[in-house]
Amino acid sequence: MTEDWRDSQEILVMDGRIKVPYAWSAGEVGTTYLESLRDAERFLGTRCPVCGIVYHLPRMHCPDCFEACPEWVELESTGTLVTWTIARRPHPALSPLAPPFGFGVIRLDGADTGFLHLLYGFGVGSLRSGMRVEAVFARERTGSILDVSHFRPSREVV
Amino acid sequence: MERVAVIGVGMTQFARERPAETAADLVFEACTRALEDARLSIEDVDVVITGSNDFFDGRTISSMAVMDACGSYDKNVSTVEGDGTFGAAHALMRVLAGWGTVLYCAHHKGSESVMPLITNAMFDPIFERFLGIEAVTSAALQARAYMDRWGLDEETLALVSVKNHGNAFRNPVAQLPLETTVEDVMGSPYIADPLKRLDCAPVTDGAAAVILADREHARSAGSRAVRVRGVGYSCDAFHLGDRDLADPSALRDAAARAYRGAAIDDPARQIDLAEVSEVFGYMELMWCEGLGLCGPGEAGEMTASGRTARDGDIPVNVSGGCLSANPVLVSGLNRVIECVLQVRGEAGEHQVEGVRTAVAQGFNGPCGQSQCVWVLGGEE
Amino acid sequence: MVGVGMTVQRSSRRDVTGVELINEAVRAALSDAAMTRKDIDAVVIGNMDHFEGINYVDTWSVDGSGALGKPVMKMTTGGTTGTTVAMGAYYHVASGMFDRVLAIGWEKNSESDTTGAIITAFDPFWDRPTFGGAVAGLALEATQYMAETGASEEDAAYVAVRDRKNALNNPYAHLRMELTIQAIMETPYLAWPVKLGDMCPRTDGACALVFASEDVADDFPNPPAWVRGLADRHLWAYTSDPYVNQKVKGGTWFPAMEMATRELYDRVGITDPLEQFDVAELYLPYSFAGLRYMESLGFCERGGGPELVRSGATDMGGKCPVNPSGGVLSSNAIGATGLLRVAEAALQMQGRAGDRQVQGASLALATGFGGCYWSDEIVLGSEMPDVGRG
Ligand SMILES: [Zn+2]
Repeated sequence: MTEDWRDSQEILVMDGRIKVPYAWSAGEVGTTYLESLRDAERFLGTRCPVCGIVYHLPRMHCPDCFEACPEWVELESTGTLVTWTIARRPHPALSPLAPPFGFGVIRLDGADTGFLHLLYGFGVGSLRSGMRVEAVFARERTGSILDVSHFRPSREVV
Repeated sequence: MERVAVIGVGMTQFARERPAETAADLVFEACTRALEDARLSIEDVDVVITGSNDFFDGRTISSMAVMDACGSYDKNVSTVEGDGTFGAAHALMRVLAGWGTVLYCAHHKGSESVMPLITNAMFDPIFERFLGIEAVTSAALQARAYMDRWGLDEETLALVSVKNHGNAFRNPVAQLPLETTVEDVMGSPYIADPLKRLDCAPVTDGAAAVILADREHARSAGSRAVRVRGVGYSCDAFHLGDRDLADPSALRDAAARAYRGAAIDDPARQIDLAEVSEVFGYMELMWCEGLGLCGPGEAGEMTASGRTARDGDIPVNVSGGCLSANPVLVSGLNRVIECVLQVRGEAGEHQVEGVRTAVAQGFNGPCGQSQCVWVLGGEE
Repeated sequence: MVGVGMTVQRSSRRDVTGVELINEAVRAALSDAAMTRKDIDAVVIGNMDHFEGINYVDTWSVDGSGALGKPVMKMTTGGTTGTTVAMGAYYHVASGMFDRVLAIGWEKNSESDTTGAIITAFDPFWDRPTFGGAVAGLALEATQYMAETGASEEDAAYVAVRDRKNALNNPYAHLRMELTIQAIMETPYLAWPVKLGDMCPRTDGACALVFASEDVADDFPNPPAWVRGLADRHLWAYTSDPYVNQKVKGGTWFPAMEMATRELYDRVGITDPLEQFDVAELYLPYSFAGLRYMESLGFCERGGGPELVRSGATDMGGKCPVNPSGGVLSSNAIGATGLLRVAEAALQMQGRAGDRQVQGASLALATGFGGCYWSDEIVLGSEMPDVGRG
């Protein structure tokens, strides 16, 4: 091999893929929450008995006070859009809806914290932080966060 | 933090692809440069800390891939999974606990994986991951929240991209020097509103290393030893809806911890230069505020006025920043190294005159959830 | 170490998520140390990424780990993760940066294909296409060990019987059973000479430990277990490295453990480990390790493992009981496993190990095993060390 053998070399690249299957447990709290979405189209939060915060997503223990949060709180399916974006070029494996669709942090009525979900069925340029949104439930529900198909601008009459 | 100094630094060339080198090859290159810089041989190093991530490397126990290359043979060695600022912080702990000389290295080969699939895995598998959220779309939510909070427009965010890509022309290891304008940034396609292609950092291959030493072992480095004056880190809530995304509170806390050690009470006046991890342009503005380089909501104006430019009174990312090379994990370490070079006066073409105290910042997790701050430099 | 918390180790903990499992161990540790979340200065957490498929576990887990608004760092080194986390937490305190640090190791192995994930630990070009996972990798070592020393499968089975029997005294252990050598011999081969009965299980579990500085160590209800010394070596990257070291370089199969042991014993002043250690919690991922590692750790001469173990010296009531908890052969939530060794050794030093307590124990050895024949080693004592570097 001469000094400059690397100059004329084409580097071989081997394609690979890690395939590890996962089965994530939702736990008791998550199961109660997802069953409620699936069977009753109802969002549930949990209230911390110490600081009083109503968490949605629900928590078994308050992340701050570290106390158990045994109290379930029924929440509305409507809420306020805290912040939003429009996914213009999502990776195909990461597109539960046909793009462009939106992501939003939504604070449901009755909850103190927001949660992440999809936005769909909005006019381009119509999204605003602070706007009212409502949940659209999926027709076929399996006990997953996608039992809520997406959120759309609210049609409620104030 | 009287006792620790950075006595050697090494970076590889950063590029979109370095197919001729494995991660181990890149680590060997960075470690060799750091040792040369410190005028040491690997035998002089007591402890090695590595930084890697099993997802980015597509490899369980990713640290194993670099165990030969980092020179850890017959030494105590450990691995921090996360940004280089955190890994280097652990190296610092080893020196403070009594080890004389500690090497830390990190690597990243962005060219070998699919970034959105990997950053999607940062999110909770029950409640968030199946929605398809990943690093860019989550950052877009934060950018929007920040703009809304302070009434900023996208053009202001674009200023960061223009400045940093321009700065990169003077940094020989940067990947992406670009002559660009606000109009160019605004005209680049939306990835996730309000973020456009030119607001986003590139995919990068590369590695970097630093050598930390106690006072006795720093003596051999003479005036090229740069004091570590303070390091602090802190973590915000995980779920995006639990956080005030427009408020860099974890960074404020991390900075307060670092500044306490460094006896800094007026960062805007006492800090001469900052290197921050602006993986997206808006982050530079938020991180400047979190670091206290300006008041809340003032970073847009500070940038527009040119104060963070190379010839401004508080230059930010004169290296070109993450927008000009973003080897994840290495990125924060690069910020530390750039500060070291600036304090030494050895940053070459992008040297800023008279840098005595510099601050570097890095983060882990979505939207800068877990933040780390380093204060480097001489006496006040 | 002033507080210990562990979850019950089970094959599957469907009732909780990973974050909730972590929280269970953390609250147990805080309660044990009579602390609240607010008293913690920093958190170190570790697991193996691909066993649950969570990237950035440190930031994902803050709700459960207690790290909200605090410094948190993730440390991961494969099987050694738990001991790496313990060492990391120790250095957090020894640096003087923090006084009260929480160390957390956890795993939910039920949530994925453990072997599928482990195979990706090796080099994608050179090793991965032919690497058969942890069992096959360890079987290579067992074959080599038997050829080198004349040890038998029954010798190894003795270790499996010992550890699982010890587990009967540990209410937290996953597998608790009184077996015979014959019963182990009759379990099916996974990869000759390793049988199902020789291997550790896959477990869901978490462990949390509170490390405290000398300045505050007396502020807690239980007497501290002191870190007397620690050392580790993570030498290798390729599956053929042990063979090359032994056959080509004339060295040994497991030099990482021998190097770490030399440094550690020098520092702590150990010249006769069998006499000086009162108890050992060793990361023995399979039964044959319980023979060879005793040699690498200096408890006996090379090849003396079977004789040492069969003499009863490592049984409960022996000179230096090994794995009173039941060890890794009884519970293996991988990211927690190494930390559990340290936790169990700490309980022994505190005299709080219940039915598994070795009476009067005042010096303990805890180890971690992982990577490509890597070794982490920690000595704990009931007395504070005079001085310590590192
Ligand atoms: Zn609360």
